[in-house]
Amino acid sequence: MTTMGTEKNSFAGSAPANGRGSIALRCANLHRYLGQGEGRVHVLKGVSFEAERGQVYAIVGPSGCGKSTLLYLLGLLDQPDDGQIEINGRVMSHTDDLARTAARGEHIGFVFQFHFLMLEFTALENVLMPMRKLGKLSPEAMKARAHSLLDSVGLGAKTHRLGTQLSGGEQQRVAIARALANQPTILLADEPTGNLDVKNSSLVFDLLTRLAKDNGQAVVLVTHNPEIAQRCDFTRPMRDGLFV
Amino acid sequence: MSPNLRIAFRFLTAKKRAMFMSLSCTILGVGLFIVTQATTSGFQEFFIKVILGINGAIRIEDKIQDTMRSMAAAGTSDSYFLQREGVKYIEGIEEPQRISDALKGFSNVRGISAVVNGGAQITSSFKTENSPQIFGIVLEDHLRVSDLGEQITSGTLDDFRGSLTSVLVGRVLADRLQITRGDSIVISVRGQSRRCRVAAIYETGYREVDKVNVYMHMSEARSLLRKPSGATFLQIGLHNPDRAPQDAARMVDILNHKATSWQEREITWLAVFRALRISTMITVSVFTLIASLAMFNTLAMIVLEKTKDIAILRSMGYERRDITQIFLWQAGIVLAIGALVGAAFGAGVTWLVGQVPLPINGIFKTDHFIVTWDPMHYVGAISTAVVMVMIASLFPARRAARLEPGDIVRGTAQ
Repeated sequence: MTTMGTEKNSFAGSAPANGRGSIALRCANLHRYLGQGEGRVHVLKGVSFEAERGQVYAIVGPSGCGKSTLLYLLGLLDQPDDGQIEINGRVMSHTDDLARTAARGEHIGFVFQFHFLMLEFTALENVLMPMRKLGKLSPEAMKARAHSLLDSVGLGAKTHRLGTQLSGGEQQRVAIARALANQPTILLADEPTGNLDVKNSSLVFDLLTRLAKDNGQAVVLVTHNPEIAQRCDFTRPMRDGLFV
Repeated sequence: MSPNLRIAFRFLTAKKRAMFMSLSCTILGVGLFIVTQATTSGFQEFFIKVILGINGAIRIEDKIQDTMRSMAAAGTSDSYFLQREGVKYIEGIEEPQRISDALKGFSNVRGISAVVNGGAQITSSFKTENSPQIFGIVLEDHLRVSDLGEQITSGTLDDFRGSLTSVLVGRVLADRLQITRGDSIVISVRGQSRRCRVAAIYETGYREVDKVNVYMHMSEARSLLRKPSGATFLQIGLHNPDRAPQDAARMVDILNHKATSWQEREITWLAVFRALRISTMITVSVFTLIASLAMFNTLAMIVLEKTKDIAILRSMGYERRDITQIFLWQAGIVLAIGALVGAAFGAGVTWLVGQVPLPINGIFKTDHFIVTWDPMHYVGAISTAVVMVMIASLFPARRAARLEPGDIVRGTAQ
């Protein structure tokens, strides 16, 4: 099984420091049905995929082709009906909810289309939230890291603003900082620029890819935006529940 | 502060109006529970104090007739046989001193007073009363088993001690006979009369007692009632009156005399007070029930509004139990504030109620609401609120935890 599609880079060469080049995410023959009874739809029809650390993957395709369903399966937010998912070499499909939840907290960062910030909390608190749950850093270290992440997304001056006091682009940048908070090996983004104007789209994409590459994280993003898809390392077009 | 508590607090403060409703009902529920318990048990405890102050904790009377020998012995006095609930009794106590000696073996016994009792006619300068009861007592013994010393409203016990022909008359009887301290009365029993001086007037607050009971010196009562020996009953004071039923049962076994605890004696009134407490508890618990329903409603609304937040939390590694905890913490915060403010509110209203004028004169006498300050009322009120609100909160909390993050982000969460 190899990564395929419109490749701009090859996987040749040894894995650099920070894990770049090693397989962070692998799935094989994923099947997923949604709905019940006569409305039951075979959304994913045996999808296989690999993502290396330090690479950015775009999954593109028409609405309803199964892109987001695949992303949620890869992010362990959902369970496949058949097939296997490995996160950092560990089989996670069909494990119990507790194991999948722990894996999400430690290895996976999410960026959703509609920001999904917790609006009653400040930008800083949103970024602190996954770190507080994981509990690996001291409170001071958590704050320092959150400030550093918000600085790196250009929101160092707005750390104490509530989600409601931030623009759409700013909210998405906070969401990126939050997704990176626990230094996950995999960053999954569902239409991260889908709700933003051209300028903000470009800014958010640049941030996402720069930070992920700096940290050696595998980025898998679902997008309808051909310009964004073109700027990724790999593009995987999907149709009718399969990569084409 | 734990992350879950921090999130719970923020969720809750975002729903101020709904939270205020739940909080208000919790405060009212806890506060009114405390007030009603303080007043109902206040009256109950006052009643118990009054009846213990009059009749003591246990009354021993009537020997149990169980052998031919005891029947023959009883025949030598003017006692006669009684039959109650299948057990025969020989009326009165033949050897009060021996019984008293035996009672000294009971560690809980504080005092013993032998009493000779009988009906009499009392005549003053203005009126005659036919229903009074004479109680012949040894004053010092009786003071150990009653509150007679504290019940004197006119005159002194020293006046009584100083004269064998002096008597203590209840307030109601004194009013009926139109007598005051120092007046003379004539006490007649079966054709024998004796002129006595009223040394003091007492008031127990129990109208039936104040209307009937006249205390006189034992020797005078024996002479008047023609009971040269024995006693009608022994009045027992206990260190711990709550243990009276157990002590009374042991006394029956050991002394072979009928022994009645104050709980058995006043069973009807105590049942009335218990029913009153339970009914007020149920009535007031409606507020707590409303509080729990309001909490359920608030949390159910928060779950509906925060499904995306729940998905975010789950995507960040928050477990199902974290989500449950976040919602239970919200109930916990409302409960904690509600319990604290409710307890303070309850204490304040209890104090205010205690100042309300309320003249009562019947089974006891008081001129204001009687309240008790019992920590158990606070524990009971808070426990009721905790149980009801937490049960009501469990359903939305579990529902929130069951939400699948994949369904939420896909927009198909149910």
